Amino acid sequence: MLELRDIYTNYDHIRALKGISLTVREGEIVALIGANGAGKSTTLNTISGIVKAAKGAVLYNDKNITKSSTHSIVKGGIVQVPEGRAILTTLKVIENLELGAFIRKDSHQIKNDIESVFSRFPILEKRANQLAGTLSGGEQQMLAIGRALMAKPKILLLDEPSMGLAPLVVKGIFGIIREINREGTSILIVEQNARMALQISNRGYVLETGRIVLEDSSASLLTNKKVIEAYLGG
Amino acid sequence: MFLQQIANALALSAVYSLFAIGFTLIFGVLEVITLAHGAVFMMGAFAGLIAVTKFNAGLASTLLVSMIVSGLAGYLIDLIAVGPLRKRKFHHLAPMIATIGCATIITSTYQGIFGAEAYRFPFDFVPSTSYDIVGIQLTLLQLIIIGISLFLMVVLIFFLNKTRWGKAVRAVAENPRTAALLGIPVEQVFRLTMSISSAFGGAAGVLTGLNFNTIHTFMGGPILHRGIAVIILGGMGDIRGAMAGGLILGFSEILSVAYISSDFRDAISFGLLFLILLVRPSGIFGKVIERKG
Repeated sequence: MLELRDIYTNYDHIRALKGISLTVREGEIVALIGANGAGKSTTLNTISGIVKAAKGAVLYNDKNITKSSTHSIVKGGIVQVPEGRAILTTLKVIENLELGAFIRKDSHQIKNDIESVFSRFPILEKRANQLAGTLSGGEQQMLAIGRALMAKPKILLLDEPSMGLAPLVVKGIFGIIREINREGTSILIVEQNARMALQISNRGYVLETGRIVLEDSSASLLTNKKVIEAYLGG
Repeated sequence: MFLQQIANALALSAVYSLFAIGFTLIFGVLEVITLAHGAVFMMGAFAGLIAVTKFNAGLASTLLVSMIVSGLAGYLIDLIAVGPLRKRKFHHLAPMIATIGCATIITSTYQGIFGAEAYRFPFDFVPSTSYDIVGIQLTLLQLIIIGISLFLMVVLIFFLNKTRWGKAVRAVAENPRTAALLGIPVEQVFRLTMSISSAFGGAAGVLTGLNFNTIHTFMGGPILHRGIAVIILGGMGDIRGAMAGGLILGFSEILSVAYISSDFRDAISFGLLFLILLVRPSGIFGKVIERKG
């Protein structure tokens, strides 16, 4: 349902992506792993239309969205949870969730969906009227994911959901990511924590300095010698 | 005597706050100090004047006309001058200079049409009755000015806190990129903010025209300086700060005229602002902003 065809993206005059091609099929979890600066976030930002590809095409359900605006891409169902969570710290937790549903107009259903985010993340209900900036790192990640779900995404782009979180919290978050996927949302996940990402995904791509150097099922990537050496800590 | 000064100060402060609230909102959302806000204020005053003198408009429709004309001006300033620079990623300085250009074009065009003389509203536009409220003599005009200003500010705060688009404005103020990732059309929010804020500037313009019963083409300059002082004092981008700052400036001006000398009005009130900034450099409600990178 999502396909990148030979994408080149420049970022601050640096060639960040040099011919990336990848696909995400309906119902899949796809992992994009690689070192810092390999171009993982740039890939997601190109899909979301925050940076525009210089060459190549982003296809979504066979429609070319390479030049679409970010908000129309979100409207179409591709929703990103950016790196470092990027929650709105000066707004309340509940307001963050309401804004997650900005593209929707079914206000009654929105209320129900806020309730279901609360039942998925009970801590957010407790903190509903607090400023989002007062949340802990793990709670912020939950809010960021919950907020993205409010847009009813067809594809969820997750940028480093494990960043800066304690191992136990990461485990919880990944469990929830799997759950969201089982409920029918396709997921493209970018991670430095390659092991975690490959354990929950169906397929994976390895990104090195703007190029995809390896692509395989996640199970085989987990046993691939090169991957083990470079990304799974020997 | 003192109580009378309070009435004057309240009316003056109300208009300062109204002017500054839009000014600070633009800064908070667009991160641009729009130096055309004074010219937009003047446009509002003239639009109101024409509505009254040529079309016999009542108070409510006069206010509405002022806000529409100024709001439209703000929309166009963003469309023509600020927006294109934003898209080309020239932040802060270039858009600010572009707004100086807009101010100059607007002001000189108006001077070409209206000349340099002062205009007045008809004498009986607001009846000169006055009321005694807790010992303070307030004229009907002062009550109207204070009432309208407060009403508009409450409406704006309600909009920002309770409505879908208002929350979107606050989201963009914090982080345009995150806002875009939520599906918020950021460009539209920028333009909406410029329009609403400019409409408030226009309302402040017509109320000032009524307050002093003088309207002239260069009335935008002094209010612009005061507006800048008020939003710095209150904390850049902070709505409460603009309201508090307007109150402080209005009171210090009126009281220094009443008890010291009108010659030193600006020296005293701006001196006071410096003193406050020495104690709180980021303004009353301002957050300390660290430079990144």
